[in-house]
Amino acid sequence: MAVCIAVIAKENYPLFIRSVPVQNELKFHYTVHTSLDVVEEKISAVGKAMADQRELYLGLLYPTEDYKVYGYVTNSKVKFVIVVDSSNTSLRDNEIRSMFRKLHNSFTDVMCNPFYNPGDTIQSKAFDSIVSAMMVQAS
Amino acid sequence: MADDVLFEFLHMEMVSHIYKDQASKGEMDKDRATCVSTLEGMGFRVGQGLIERFTKDSPSFKDDLDVMKFICKDFWINVFRKQIDNLRTNHQGTYVLQDNKFALLTQFSNGKQYLEEAPKYLAYSCGLVRGALSNLGMDCVVTAEVSLMPSCKFQVVIQKI
Repeated sequence: MAVCIAVIAKENYPLFIRSVPVQNELKFHYTVHTSLDVVEEKISAVGKAMADQRELYLGLLYPTEDYKVYGYVTNSKVKFVIVVDSSNTSLRDNEIRSMFRKLHNSFTDVMCNPFYNPGDTIQSKAFDSIVSAMMVQAS
Repeated sequence: MADDVLFEFLHMEMVSHIYKDQASKGEMDKDRATCVSTLEGMGFRVGQGLIERFTKDSPSFKDDLDVMKFICKDFWINVFRKQIDNLRTNHQGTYVLQDNKFALLTQFSNGKQYLEEAPKYLAYSCGLVRGALSNLGMDCVVTAEVSLMPSCKFQVVIQKI
């Protein structure tokens, strides 16, 4: 279960950020912001290193003492960042991958919505509900 | 199956609607340019959405040539049910995609008849390609030319900042 989910546009500004314990929101925004550097590093490193298939899933970006941050980048250079609680029994890689897959599917639907202009913040309720389903329930 | 033809009919109606709209508003001198840009704008937005859907499962692209090959094969097949017949490049950011039997022009003629009307029907497809490329990170200018129906050439010039 994620603690914070963020969707970041190609130009590195957030399209959508949601975190569960609302009082710590600023800390999560900061964590996501710093994780962008790691994402950039991974994207450019993979480009130069191997010429074969590059995956969209970037894996664990970096662990802090409380949280683990995972990243995923689409072909249109939109980044998804998920922050999970370390104290939680560590989620298996497959579960994180499936979370990203659901996010990507939902984002594709948002993109195809004629009322959505690419570059705006995501207002779609459907996207919202998919994200809420993946977050830790607020106690 | 009639499915293939649905979009062709819709497209023809779109073009005639935009031109009729413009004519009724007056301003005859600049209507041609606005119609073309409206159609191109529509294609642009659709191209962005389409590319998001098509590249959902495929790995990242290595370079510009890889992106163009994807457009010529998978993208063109999904939208127009065939591949691009010829791709040429000068390796300096200009690509020419040649389609010998462009799906939206096949019903017009097999030679030079109605040649002047053809550009209207290519504006939307130019926008489609431009939108697709822009969402993949390549800003470009797409133009189309027809000399002999139904074959046409799309020229893509990548803008390097």
